[in-house]
Amino acid sequence: MDDGNKLLLSGDEAIALAAWQAGVALGAGYPGTPSTEILENFSKLGGHAQWSPNEKVAMEVAIGAAFGGARALVTMKHVGLNVASDPLFTVAYTGVAGALVIVSADDPGMHSSQNEQDNRRYAVAAGVPMLEPSDSQEAYDFLLAAVNISERWKIPVLLRLTTRVCHSSSLVRPRTERDTPKAASFARDLKGRVMVPGYARLAHRRLRQKLAEIAEWNEHCPLNKVVPGGKSPGLITSGVSFMHAREAAPECSVLKLGLTHPLPMRKIAQFAKSVERCVVIEEGDPYLAEAIRAAGIPVEAKPEMYRFGELDVARVRRILRADTTPEPVPPPGKPPQLCDACAYRIVFDTLHRHDCIVAGDIGCYTLGALPPFEAMDSCVCMGASLGIGLGLRHVLPPDQACRVVSVIGDSTFVHSGISGLVEMAYNPPPGGHVVVILDNSTTAMTGHQEHPGTGRNLQHEPTGRVVLEDMARACGIRRVQVIEPRVGSDAFEHALTEALKSRELAVIIARRPCVLVARQLKEYEKQCACQENGGVCESAV
Amino acid sequence: MSPPCNIIVAGLGGQGVLTATDIIADVARRAGFDVKKSEIKGMSQRGGSVTCDVRFGVEILSPMVPLGEADYLLALDATQLEPNRHLLRPGGATIEPSVIAADKLPQKKMLNVALLGALSAHLSMTGQEWLEAVGAAFDPQFLEANRQAFLLGRASQNKSVHATVPAA
Repeated sequence: MDDGNKLLLSGDEAIALAAWQAGVALGAGYPGTPSTEILENFSKLGGHAQWSPNEKVAMEVAIGAAFGGARALVTMKHVGLNVASDPLFTVAYTGVAGALVIVSADDPGMHSSQNEQDNRRYAVAAGVPMLEPSDSQEAYDFLLAAVNISERWKIPVLLRLTTRVCHSSSLVRPRTERDTPKAASFARDLKGRVMVPGYARLAHRRLRQKLAEIAEWNEHCPLNKVVPGGKSPGLITSGVSFMHAREAAPECSVLKLGLTHPLPMRKIAQFAKSVERCVVIEEGDPYLAEAIRAAGIPVEAKPEMYRFGELDVARVRRILRADTTPEPVPPPGKPPQLCDACAYRIVFDTLHRHDCIVAGDIGCYTLGALPPFEAMDSCVCMGASLGIGLGLRHVLPPDQACRVVSVIGDSTFVHSGISGLVEMAYNPPPGGHVVVILDNSTTAMTGHQEHPGTGRNLQHEPTGRVVLEDMARACGIRRVQVIEPRVGSDAFEHALTEALKSRELAVIIARRPCVLVARQLKEYEKQCACQENGGVCESAV
Repeated sequence: MSPPCNIIVAGLGGQGVLTATDIIADVARRAGFDVKKSEIKGMSQRGGSVTCDVRFGVEILSPMVPLGEADYLLALDATQLEPNRHLLRPGGATIEPSVIAADKLPQKKMLNVALLGALSAHLSMTGQEWLEAVGAAFDPQFLEANRQAFLLGRASQNKSVHATVPAA
């Protein structure tokens, strides 16, 4: 029974394979659960993949590639699209010469995120077509479809995934051939790409015209399908919710939508009319239900309580019963914690003992908010620790302001902490401020990816390095100290108390490699030294 | 259509939960079943609870084992039994670390493979299919040690099958 043509792939792996087979010339992104493995696998297959400092830059690099006529991919988690939303809204106007597929990996239920925003809203807000796969085979097929739609209408396409598509594995039957797209070449289109008001007004009209054409095409698009069945109720669904719905109610007819913006309203109206009751089964926001109702089609939406968290088979059964009684609360598991040998333990222990008010940030070190440390007072978004720390410093009474510290990791600092540091130099609080950069030489939380501060690229090969202390000094911070937090050493405590006392602007870089990859990092460094040596390296043999 | 076989693998970050789940999914694929697995791994290396779902059968829809429908709960850490027991169906079986004679393991970290051996005694796939999937998951230099760990676990179930074994 074994079928050698079927591969067991995660959604992320399936997208990487499809991108490789589509001849995608460049994949850019910033690591973020659950999207990270897409570019890592695309690179392993031989694709040109790179980590950018943040999602906005990654998006812009991909836009450049697509302006050059190439097929480009950009990947990020849902909150990453907030960072990249500025270019998103305007590249929708300009369109692209090649193809641009934007992967947004949403995290309903917040397994590893600070919010559960539903990025389907972005497709509507920016005016880009959106595809929602339900398993790995569709992740594969829909990436290929996204490339085709993007090229056909010269428009960026949003491929919207969720955790259970990215990190679930299922069988994929890939095609065998690999596309050889047109070679990249620049064709000037000044009025199409220079978005000054006069040109942008025309571009907006072009965008709406494209969307109208795609909506018409979507009425007969093979990416949507009807599963025949019973009529009371019939279900409308998309993404992984389709799988839960099919299992929870195998007897119901289903309209499964694959291309969920712009919606095929005639097809939806026809389906809704063909059943006695029509229930929309969707995870997160009631995006489909609201849009369908706004079009005058009567459908039932899920009760409000199912907006929160993921859907699953049990919850879909409850929705179909209109059951709004409290759900069983699962027994608590063991929460994660900072590793036993993590150098950041020393930092948070010190911050706790000094009763600091800590503006925190996104990474492993957010675990410093949990017992026994409880040494973090805010965590909002990537890079926010600097601005929030500064805002607190500006308004708090002196006895509180003098205890405010911003804590940020190395990768997060490069991502979006640098502009906060510029803000600190430009608008210094009267009592100064202290920024602690936790530098473990890796993007640890998402699985140890490289970043510009490590001096190695996505493939762990040597490249240009942003030296954090040089960057801080270049921003105008005079008090910059690098220390190594170690058990038995009071270097960090000493640096912190001196910096707080000084009332100056201070940056303390607490540098020690992540214990989980310390050996691996040494190995990379050896290889880097060897390559810089022109390949001469005895120790690497 | 016969119902799928539903397995929950639970443990703590760093114990090999993801690898054990990969192997179950791979052996099911090799045996020609439809298979899905789902994992939550954002926090997996920080010592927190990790659970993975794996399902196989004729056709698998949801990638997650529905609440109260797990046939097996494979716990790599005894502390993870109780927090996950509610996932089992009535009559579902637990496979727990205490069934393995830890002192006979070639290496302590091969507990996950030994527990797969114990699980394998309940399922329809052959020992050979299991060993191929185990072999494919690790560096060849650990093949013999992993084989021993697997067989140690498989042998542990001869005397103690508590479960009603599903069709798959």
